[in-house]
Amino acid sequence: MTMMQRLSRVNAINWNRLQDDKDLEVWNRLTSNFWLPEKVPLSNDIQSWNTLTQQEKQLTIRVFTGLTLLDTIQSSVGAPVLMEDARTPHEEAVYTNIAFMESVHARSYSSIFSTLCATRDVDDAFRWSEENPTLQMKSELILKRYRSDDPLMRKVASVFLESFLFYSGFYLPMYWSSHAKLTNTADLIRLIIRDEAVHGYYVGYKFQQALAEETPERQQEVKDYAYELLLELYDNEVRYTESLYDEVGLSEDVKKFLHYNANKALMNLGFEPLFPSSVTDVDPTIMAALSPSADENHDFFSGSGSSYVIGKAVATEDDDWAF
Amino acid sequence: MHAADVEAEQAGTLVYFSTKSGNTHRFIEKLGLSAQRLPLHREAPTLRIEQPYILVTPTYGGGSANGAVPKQVIRFLNDEHNRHLLRGVIAAGNTNFGDAYALAGRIIAQKCQVPLLYRFELFGTDDDVAKVRKGVEEFWKRQAQSLRT
Repeated sequence: MTMMQRLSRVNAINWNRLQDDKDLEVWNRLTSNFWLPEKVPLSNDIQSWNTLTQQEKQLTIRVFTGLTLLDTIQSSVGAPVLMEDARTPHEEAVYTNIAFMESVHARSYSSIFSTLCATRDVDDAFRWSEENPTLQMKSELILKRYRSDDPLMRKVASVFLESFLFYSGFYLPMYWSSHAKLTNTADLIRLIIRDEAVHGYYVGYKFQQALAEETPERQQEVKDYAYELLLELYDNEVRYTESLYDEVGLSEDVKKFLHYNANKALMNLGFEPLFPSSVTDVDPTIMAALSPSADENHDFFSGSGSSYVIGKAVATEDDDWAF
Repeated sequence: MHAADVEAEQAGTLVYFSTKSGNTHRFIEKLGLSAQRLPLHREAPTLRIEQPYILVTPTYGGGSANGAVPKQVIRFLNDEHNRHLLRGVIAAGNTNFGDAYALAGRIIAQKCQVPLLYRFELFGTDDDVAKVRKGVEEFWKRQAQSLRT
């Protein structure tokens, strides 16, 4: 196996001399997206929280605890191991941003808990997270790759965590939001979802660059490993989903959301999607909660073709436009 | 000029931009329709187009309208001649960006008063490719018909 060349010494980082301008593009995107949970008025959800049943509260706290675990892994293990594999100082700097934002994400769930939940219920959920076999299994499957000596599989594991594993959890706040519940909490989760998209995209891009330098045999091997890991994670994700959502009758739709996001995770790695559209048809209200404009009819092609859909006015102060 | 060439010219083409990550390029390859790529580097001279076209562009994700449309695309559209031949826009994006999903498409559609024809994520699924291939062909046929009538 060829090892990627690691940075052997530290030189002062010069952002005006880039080896890869994608590093600066993503750095700018991530820093302009910076946020803290204090920005979101979570206390406006207290009343809404109190309308949930005890079972729904427990489910929500467990889901958020599971997400906290993934963010913790990413912040303390995932981003740091990627840093070791970085091939430009700017790539390394981007991972420092990712590591910190993952800490912000993990911190945010605790802000939600302290604002909405009873301490005892939260303590119960953290205990549950340590004992839940499927949650622990997903952590193990990822950590095993992070600790392996294969830099390509470390990136694969990172993209699967960022672009796939979070979504069994993200489903629930989108579901509440679509029922006009916990809407401020959903706003906060959307900020996390936005960040994770950039993380998955960037690590996937770096993965594709590194993979392109490998022999065709090695490329095939890595691709096979990646699909194998995805299926292993998927099987576990289905069990995790059922253990959480069966009691509220949402498991089947959550699975569609898993398929939809697994496809996007594969695409971030440059691989073809696996799940056909017949099993990725997530409830439109969930998609609308994720992306409010997603339900608008911009599919001009499959419409009747009788009316032109001209975009609604969008304020842009981009001064590069000359008209 | 052969009849087939005349046909091709009436049919219009695709103009696209794709960053180094190559997602939009990959979508265009899968479509297998005639297409011209905008130069990757900002300093390079932009394309001058001579036939009607549909623009395919990624969105720089993140949420704000500023910077959502790649600079290279803005540069190309700042040329009035190029803008005049634009018939529609297809935009790539990611629903993770919420309201800003494929925002570049909405901005261009609004500024240039052309329809936003389609949106897809990353490099598009096989379904997206099939829908766009069929849709683009029918779009040019309708355009040709409306010119004749």
